[in-house]
Formats: sequence, structure tokens, C-alpha cells
Amino acid sequence: MSASLATAANAKPSLDTTAAISVKDMRKCFGDHEVLKGISLEAHKGDVISILGSSGSGKSTLLRCINLLETPDSGEVRVDGELIRMKQSRDGHQTPADIHQVERIRADLAMVFQSFNLWSHMTVLENLVAAPVHVLKRPRAECLEQAEALLKRVGIWERRNYYPPHMSGGQQQRAAIARALAMNPKVMLFDEPTSALDPELVGEVLRVMRSLAEEGRTMLVVTHEMGFARDVSSKVMFLHKGEVDSLGEPKEMFARPPTQQFKQFITNFNK
Amino acid sequence: MDFDFYLSTMWSVLKALPLTLEIWFFGVAIGLVLATGLTWLRASGYKLGEYFTRAYVFVFRGSPLLVQLYLIYFGLSQFDFIRHSPILWPILRDPMYCTIVAMALNTAAYSSEIFRGSLRAVPVGQIEAAKAFGMPAFTRFRLVTLPIALRLALPAYSTEIILMTKATALASVVTIMEMMGTAQKIQHDTFRPIEVLTCAGVIYLLLNLSIARLFAWVEYLLSPHLRPAPGQSQQIKPVPEVL
Ligand SMILES: Nc1ncnc2c1ncn2[C@@H]1O[C@H](COP(=O)(O)OP(=O)(O)O)[C@@H](O)[C@H]1O
Ligand SMILES: [Mg+2]
Repeated sequence: MSASLATAANAKPSLDTTAAISVKDMRKCFGDHEVLKGISLEAHKGDVISILGSSGSGKSTLLRCINLLETPDSGEVRVDGELIRMKQSRDGHQTPADIHQVERIRADLAMVFQSFNLWSHMTVLENLVAAPVHVLKRPRAECLEQAEALLKRVGIWERRNYYPPHMSGGQQQRAAIARALAMNPKVMLFDEPTSALDPELVGEVLRVMRSLAEEGRTMLVVTHEMGFARDVSSKVMFLHKGEVDSLGEPKEMFARPPTQQFKQFITNFNK
Repeated sequence: MDFDFYLSTMWSVLKALPLTLEIWFFGVAIGLVLATGLTWLRASGYKLGEYFTRAYVFVFRGSPLLVQLYLIYFGLSQFDFIRHSPILWPILRDPMYCTIVAMALNTAAYSSEIFRGSLRAVPVGQIEAAKAFGMPAFTRFRLVTLPIALRLALPAYSTEIILMTKATALASVVTIMEMMGTAQKIQHDTFRPIEVLTCAGVIYLLLNLSIARLFAWVEYLLSPHLRPAPGQSQQIKPVPEVL
């Protein structure tokens, strides 16, 4: 009795203090152009954060700095409490201190790209097992079994032996989501997953993403799908010119836009 | 038409085919190894490596193979240190080895340019996906970059290899009796250049036809993703129709 009380009391603060992902004061310039001007963000386990913003506001750059596809100029990224260590290079820029750490953390942060980026010379099934086998070093047979289950889940199991160019955009993006799930990631990063799709194919991808949110996946989703942002996400973050313009509960944000910028953004969107 | 003469000439030239193939095979194989090294040096990011490969390509792509062959066979023997070298001299006094060396050095220049171009043509999204999934550099190269670059390189590289079969004919100028050397000898003995050269030409054509078919087959095997999907009837054309 007293033991279970103790664990319950211990469990709560540790859940709260360790964010699944936290970004602190991230900055990034491309030449003279400051694209991220000190962005902070925190997602706890099960959070779905929709990142909104007009084109060029730095949404993709933010995601790409989180998994170090771009190197941020300054700022901290922590995944599950673990800080990605950076070091100062000779030319004054910072670079990852330990590339093995970066690779390990990337494996926990599966990314879904706007243009799918499935490996075109591999079948769907091969796409799903490549990283689990070669990065996570899991047994191939087990990975294949998991891959087939994931493909059934996203509804393209019949296409498992197809090559990506032979599938519709919606099917490719669902395969890409399955490829990300195959890593059992701690956090999933989505960069405009439906923007490259024909309108009639958007629904099938959003349905899959909705089901991921419902099962408690931690997700950062850059999107222009206002319906998804409002109904599915637990937080909405609006970026404007490289800064967090506003951040809040989706229902609240859409009902009473906290800033003029955000109000204008959603008004333009509904036009 | 003198069929007997055609037949006997064909037969004599064909008997030299193994020698032609030998020069071709070793020239291409050693050239491939050198090209791989050059490509790696060029892509490694070292400035010195880049300057070296640029200079190498400039020299060996910019001058005729015949000039290179003459310089290697006749030119290098002028140097005492080469004639006294226990390793270099056995190679460089032999016209067969000299031809292979010249061909390998020459094709390495072209091939490394082909490989460099195809490495650069690998879509960046494919590599980024591999990075984003935590693949270390070598795994990324082995699973994604190389397989894609290889497919991109094949059409141009097969052309380079066909050029090399034709280049083996140059071996005849340094006394090698491969197909061209044999044909020239028959021509000298018989004074019937048209028939003899026709025979040689036909054999080269058939040889290159087989090599081209072989490469087309390899390309076909490696690119199921560029063919129509199972059950999909329409042909996906690799090249847009412009005419
Ligand atoms: N690799 C790059 N080099 C230079 N400028 C870049 C690069 N990537 C993005 N940018 C610039 O940074 C700004 C933000 O880009 P991005 O993050 O892609 O915006 P978003 O995804 O919100 O549309 C844009 O002005 C873009 O031109
Ligand atoms: Mg973007």
C-alpha cells in the first residue's frame, strides 16, 4: 500500500520533468538571413504539436535543425532528456560533438518528408526494413514481420513488393509513415506530409496521422491542414519570421487568435 | 565475291579475338579500380586530392590515347631509372603491358568523371532520408548513394567500355597482333584491304553489339522501379519524346 503510493508520487514528477523533446533558444542563419531567431519548444510524451506558419517562416528549418539535417548556430536540443552535444569548430560555427550520438538520436526521431523520399530503388518492404536492420541491428525476419503489420495498418500491404514510383502520392506517404513507425521512434517529425498530394489523397494520409495521435505518439507536425491542427493536436505553435508568434491550446487559439499575425494567417487561409 | 577469302580472313581475325579481349578486359578492369580511387579522392573533400584529379583528368582526357600509348611505350624507356627498375621495366618494355597501362590510365580519367557526375546526380532527398533514419556515412553510401549512382552511371559507363573495345585496335601500332594487327598483316600480304577491313569491322560490330546487350540486360535487372508496375500496362518512357 505504502509502496504503491510512493511509486505513484515518484512517477508523476519524473514524467513531467523529462520532455520527449525540448528545444531551447534555437538560432539559425543562412548567410545574412536569420531564419530562426531563438525558438524554444517542448513536447511531452503523447503531445502532438502542430507547427503553423506562412511559407518561408522557418518551419522546415526548425524540424531539420532538430534532427541535425541542418546544424543550428546555437541552442539546445534534448531528446528524452539527452542533450545533443555540440562543439565549437575552428571557424566559430558549432558542429555535433559526437556523430554517433547524433545518429543514435536521429534513429529515435523518425522523419516524414513533404516529398516522401522513399528510397526509389527499394521495394516498399525493403524501405521499411532497411533502417531497422542496418541501424537498429534488429533481426531481419522480425523486421519483415513488423513491416508487414505496419503496412496492413496503413492500408497498403497489397503494395508491399511495389517500388515507390509505381504508387500514388498518398500510398507513398503512407509507406513513408510506416517506414518511420518501423523505427519505434520516440518522436515523429512531419514536414508538410500532405502538401505534395493531390487533394483527393490528403484524407487517407491524415487518417493515418490521426490514428497515430490517438495511440499517444509524440509528434511535431508542420502542416497547412487547419482541421488537423485544430482537432487533433494538443498544442499549436505559430511561427512568424523565425519567431514563435503564438503558442497554445488549439481550440483556444482558433476561437480567439492571440495575436494579429495569427488572426491574419487563419483569415487568409479560410479565404 | 570470294567467299573462301572472306571465310579464311574471318577465321584468322577471330583467332586474335582472345588477345583483343584480354587487352580490353585488363584495361577496363584496372581502369575501373583507378577510376574508383580517383572518384574517392575527388569526393573526399581534400583540396590536394581535388587538384590532383583535375590535373589527371585534364591530361588523360585532353590528349589522344595514341599519344599516351607512344609516350608510355617509347618515351618512358628513355629514362635510366625506369630501365633499371626491377618492377617498372618488365612492365614497360612489354608492348602488351604498355597498351593495358595506357588504356587503364585513359579510361580511368573518363570513368571517374562519369562516376563523379552520377554521384552528384543522386537526389539529395534520398540521402537525407538515410541521414534522418540514423544511418552512418558508410551504411548510407552502401545502401542508398552507391546503388542509385551505379544505376545512373551505367548508360554512360557502358558507352565508355564500348569505346575501349575499339581502342584496343591501337595495340597494333606497338606490334601486338590482336584483331587489328592481324587484319593489317593479312592486308599487307594480300593487298585486299576492302575485304580484310570489312571482316575486322564486322567482328568489332558483333563484339560491341554483345557488350551493349550485356549492359542493357544489367540495366534492365537493376531498374525494376523504372519499368511499369506489375499489372500496369502502359510503358513508362525513360526519355521524354521530343520529336
Ligand atoms: N539551405 C538553405 N540555404 C539558404 N537559405 C535557406 C535554406 N533553407 C531554407 N532557407 C531559407 O530559410 C527560410 C525559411 O525556410 P523554410 O524553413 O524552408 O521555411 P518554411 O518551411 O516555413 O516554408 C526561407 O527564406 C528559405 O529561403
Ligand atoms: Mg517547408
